Order: sequence, then structure tokens, then C-alpha cells
Amino acid sequence: MSDPAAHETLAAFTVGQRGRIVGFDLPSEQRQRLLEMGMTAGSEFEIVRFAPLGDPVELKVRGYHLSIRKHEAAGIRAARL
Amino acid sequence: MTATPTAVRHVAIAGNPNCGKTTIFNALTGLRQRTGNYPGVTVEKKVGRFHGTHGEPFDLLDLPGSYSLQVRSPDEAVARDVLLGRREDTPRPDVIICVVDASNIERNLYLVAQLLELGIPVVLALNMVDVAEQNGTVIDLPALREKLGVPVVPMVATKGTGFVELKQALSQPIPPPPHQAPMPEVVEAEAQALALKLHVRPDAARSEALLLLTISDREHLAEATGDLAAAEAAIAARERIRAAGLDPVSSPIEARYAWIQGVCDTAVRKADQPALSFSDKLDGWLTHPLWGWLAFLGVMALMFVCIFWGAQGPMDWIDGLTSSLADWVKTKVPDGDFQSLLSDGVVAGVGGVVIFLPQILILFFFLGLLEDSGYMARAAFIMDRVMSKVGLHGKSFIPMLSSLACAIPGIMATRTIENRKDRLVTILVAPLMSCSARLPVYALMIAVLIPAASALQKAGIMLAMYLLGGVAAFVMAWIFKKTLLKSETPMLLLELPPYRAPAWRGVFLRMWERALIFLRRAGTVILALSIILWALLTYPKPTNPDATPAEAIAQSIGGRMGHAIEPLIKPLGYDWKIGIGLIGSFAAREVFVGTMGIIYNIEDADEASEPLRDTMIAEKHADGRPVFTPLVCIGLMVFYVLAMQCVSTVAIVRRETNSWRWPLFQVAYMTALAWLGAFVVYQGGRLLGLQ
Repeated sequence: MSDPAAHETLAAFTVGQRGRIVGFDLPSEQRQRLLEMGMTAGSEFEIVRFAPLGDPVELKVRGYHLSIRKHEAAGIRAARL
Repeated sequence: MTATPTAVRHVAIAGNPNCGKTTIFNALTGLRQRTGNYPGVTVEKKVGRFHGTHGEPFDLLDLPGSYSLQVRSPDEAVARDVLLGRREDTPRPDVIICVVDASNIERNLYLVAQLLELGIPVVLALNMVDVAEQNGTVIDLPALREKLGVPVVPMVATKGTGFVELKQALSQPIPPPPHQAPMPEVVEAEAQALALKLHVRPDAARSEALLLLTISDREHLAEATGDLAAAEAAIAARERIRAAGLDPVSSPIEARYAWIQGVCDTAVRKADQPALSFSDKLDGWLTHPLWGWLAFLGVMALMFVCIFWGAQGPMDWIDGLTSSLADWVKTKVPDGDFQSLLSDGVVAGVGGVVIFLPQILILFFFLGLLEDSGYMARAAFIMDRVMSKVGLHGKSFIPMLSSLACAIPGIMATRTIENRKDRLVTILVAPLMSCSARLPVYALMIAVLIPAASALQKAGIMLAMYLLGGVAAFVMAWIFKKTLLKSETPMLLLELPPYRAPAWRGVFLRMWERALIFLRRAGTVILALSIILWALLTYPKPTNPDATPAEAIAQSIGGRMGHAIEPLIKPLGYDWKIGIGLIGSFAAREVFVGTMGIIYNIEDADEASEPLRDTMIAEKHADGRPVFTPLVCIGLMVFYVLAMQCVSTVAIVRRETNSWRWPLFQVAYMTALAWLGAFVVYQGGRLLGLQ
């Protein structure tokens, strides 16, 4: 892909930043679970906060709050909005 | 489907976690609910009877809260099998009530989309419409009904709104769902073809085929179908879907969400700029890097203060009741073995366990509050980083914390952990956390160690013991995750629901349910073991009728066992009398204090008994060395920190793991650990020149 932003992962986002999910580099079981929670390609998210120890991260996606670890966040490709 | 008017109709209630499903289940069934197990598995089955608007009976089955029909835990496997009509013990439901959180409708509709594929009539209970309204979400009900093709009942379950309408909807004939999320052509064709190869009900076959197509793991596939040919067919179908340029995992999910998007575009209008909600503001504090910790510690401290202090009154009361009951037995039953069996065995044994009921009730009350209010998810969010260090999930934290009061509710609380191995690891290490039954032992040993200990010294030693238990639990969890129950650190996928006022009725119902499980244990297993232990310490009777209780116990089977294990415990600095104490407290640790009282001939000994303390301090070996040296006292405390001396816990672990293997392994490893700990303290201390 020529757009360099598309290669960014969700882990690079900071609090308050918003993005759109582009794709996954995760094992299919984990990918499936994230998809089922509504994190489908094209859906928008916002970084709400990080836990007091810096991990996990809390996202807002499809109008609700979901928390995942940075480890998985690093496997989610996202574009900035 | 036309049911005869008298026939009981089977209704299942499904929904995402946190959607208010339990509140609706409780409101519909009230106290007419039964909790049992599905035959052959340790999955809880909750059913209840209610009556429709025309008095017709319904049997309501509670399905586990779940985000999708994809199976990831034994609970979910049972739910899937019931919905597909594959369980002989449970009829396939005639209707499904699907509870949807109106304030989080998009994600909640995903499960609805999957349920509609089953072909079973669905009634949508659109719960928490008040919250949605406050958030500025406007739901066009006629449009939603039209788009989904199912009855939609707006509800506010916590306020009792919508139940009449829900019952009315159930009393009407409901056709099978007319609409489903359209699948991409290739996926649809493959699902249809695969459906023909499955040996299931025709009306459930396509739905099952769609589930199978998304399973990538051959082993899971075989497990899900129980049919190797079908599993192979599914794998081949997946390959063809991939060859057509689609991803078999994501495309059905994306197709459902695309359909949901279409439904919501028509029927749901959200506020453009949602204001910062109350929950968002509160989370700013409660998950703050500094205030968050303080709040977390505050909540945990409050919980334990309530457990230890709040329970004190009722515990003293139960204690008093037990003693008066024992005294009453002594007046009514003639002297002799039978009287002793009743008063010393049955009443004292069961009473010694029932005494923890107040703590268990308070703990479950708090756990219910934390769960219902939404704080539990925050606790997992805050603690996840710490727990993931030993390869566990933030959700393992609460069971371990609960075990500080008592391991039984802690182990029962592991049910929220999806992954079987992680749940097992949590169960295996939970009893290492110092529970309240260890307190009397710590108190006695501290008194013997430092007779004039200040409150600060006592608290310091006590804290050290609690820390040792906590560290041991973490280290053992880490070891188990690396060896015996080797698995990856589980993925965290934690919903942080908005804070809500708890549903009190549900909190109390759950508390009562758990208390019953505990009491049933006390009435059966613990009763039996109390009798066995009593017999061990009573028989054979001394030949000399004037023997003191101490002499009698010394030559009972238990006493002889104390002698027999002396070589084993000698390296720990213990004599055979302590051996009897260890054997006596095998079923329940706090019995140690009473057993020591009997051995040293102290009437009515408890941990605060000065005569017992002084006798123990004065106790000498045959060669004149004192028995309870500082090293022995500390070693004994360490032993009690690490040993699994609780029959109730063994019984609960047996129940929760559905096998004897794990509880026995747990007893073995913890006893070994306890011995090793006490050995290191005693021998290590001696090497350093201590006593």
C-alpha cells in the first residue's frame, strides 16, 4: 500500500486520537474475537485511556468501551482520522 | 408452530454480558428457579417457570451471557448444543428471548443476527431504553421491528417496565425469523452445501455450517461436529472460500455487521456529539494513575473491613449457638460415645465450618455489588498488567482476592474466566492466599512466639504471613502456566460497561444461591469428615478409665498417626504432639487450636487462651529443650500459610473441576510446599545459628 498511514498499528495511537481499522496481523482466533466485538475493517475507534500501569488500553468502538492489551493492539492496522 | 394450550413452552433467554439478562430472568421466574448441572459437565443450568398473560406455563432456560455463538468455553458449548437441539436432557427452545442493551445496540445486535440464523422464533427484549434515551439515542421501534422481522419489546428491567408487554409478545404465535444477514454468495453456497453433510436438524444445519466455516483449527472442528467427515468438508469449504478471495473467518462476521449497520441506519439515530457521560467522568478518577489506585485500595480495604468486622457479630452468635447446642446435646443424651459423637464430632465439626457463613455472605454481597455496578471490570482493567506477568488474566485477580476471606467463594468466582487452563491455575493457587480460618492459628503462634507482642508486632507478623501467601500464589501460578498447564497468556477482551446502580434483588438472590451451595457442602461432605476425624481422635478408647483426655488422644488412631509421622516432621522441629495437631487440622486448619487445647489439657482453649499459650511456651522435649522455639513457631505459621488443610475447599475444587484429580494434586503440591517452607525456615534458621 502506498499510504504510509495504513501501516500504522493501533498501538501507536495516544489518548484522544481517533482512527479507522484497516486490518489485522493476528492469529485467526484473536482476529475473530475482535471482529465479533465489532472491530471490523472500516469501523472507527477512539483511544480513551491507558490503565494506570500503562497496559491495557481502553478504546471506544461502536459506541461502547472495550479494553485490549497493547500486544494485541500492535496487531491491529489502523489509519488516523 | 401451534402448541396445545396446556403444553409447557420452552423459552431460552440469551444476551451479551451486562445487558440485564439476569435481571429479566430473575424478575420473570422470581424464586421459582432451580439451579442444577447439565448431566456430565460442570456447566450450571438455571431454569425457572413463569406464566404468560393467559396463564400458560413457560419454562425459562438461562443461557450464559455471551457475545457470539462461537464456542470458547464449556458453558458456551452447552448453550450452542441446546440451541441446535443436540442435547437430549434439554429440549430445543420454542422461543428465544434475546436481551439487547439499547444503549449499546450495535454490538448487541451481533448475537441477535446469529440467533436469527437458527430459525427459532425470537423476541427481542430491548432493555435499558431509558439509558439510551439519556444518551440521546432515538430508536424507531416500528422500523426496528420491520427491519429485524421479530417482536421488539422496549424494557427497563431494573424498574420493572415492559414485563407485561414481554409476556404478551410470548403469548402470541411468533413465526420463525423472516430476515437474516445476507452472506456473500460464495459463503452462502458453501454453507448450504456443508449443511447437507451435517447430521443435525435441517432447520439448524445452515446455522451450524456457518459456525463451522469460521473455525480454523482442525482439532476444534472435530470437537465441534463430533464428525470427522463433516470437519474435513468444512476445511475443504474454507479453502474454496479463500480461493474465491474471501476470508472465511472475517467475511461472515463482516456480513452480519454490515446488515446491522443497515438496520441501525434506518431505525437508530444517535446524538451527533455525545456528551462526556457520567461513567466517563467517573472513570477519569477511578482509573486515574494515582487516584485510581487509591480508590482501588479503598474499595478492597472497605470490603475486607466489612468482611472481618461485619461478620464478627454473627460469627460469635453462631459460635455461641454451636456451644449451646453442644451443651444441650450433653444434657439430653446420656454420657458416652454417642454423646461425644454428636457434641464433639457433628455439632463442633459442622459448626466450625458454618461459622464462616457470615463472611461468605458478605463477600458475595460485595462481589455482586462490584459486578453489577461495573467496578469489577475496572478492577480487572487496573490489575491486568500485574496478572499478565504470571500469564494470567485481569479476571483472575478477583477470585484470588476473595480467597483472602475464604477460598471457597474465591474458587466459585473463577467461573468468569473463560479459558479452562487459566481457570484451573487460578483454582490451584487460590487457597495459598491466607484465608480467615488461618487467623486463629497465626494468633496462637504469635502469642507463643512473642507473649507480650504489641499490636504493631502482631500486625507486622500477620502481614508477613499474608504477603508470603500472596507471593507463593503468584509464583506457583507462574510455574503452573510454564509447565503443567502450559498456555499463552490469554487475550484480554474486556468490556468496560457504564457504571450502573446495582440490581439489589439480583445481588441478594446470587448471595443466597452461593450460600446454599456452601451450606449443602457443610451438611454432607464436611459432616462426614467431621465424624471420621472425631473417630480417629477417639478410638480405640484408653484401657485405663481414668485416662486424661490428653492421654486418650495420645493413644487414639490419630495420636498414633501423630507418632507415625514424627520422622517426617522431625526435620521441621516438630514433635508428635504437633503431629496430632497437623492431622487434626487436616480437615479444617482452625481445628489446630482446639486440638492443641485437648493435647495440653486446657479447657475451652481458643487462640487468646493464656493458659494454652503458657503451657505451649513451657513445653519441653525429653532432653529439656523447649519445643516451641521461635524457629518452630515461625515454621509452623509458614506451614499453615502454604498447606491445603481444608476439606471444604477440596470438596469445592472437586465440584468445580468435576474430577478428583485436581483437588488431590492440589493437596499434594501444597502439602509438599508447606513442608519445604517449614523445613527451610527451621533448618535454614539453625544453620544461621538461630533457635
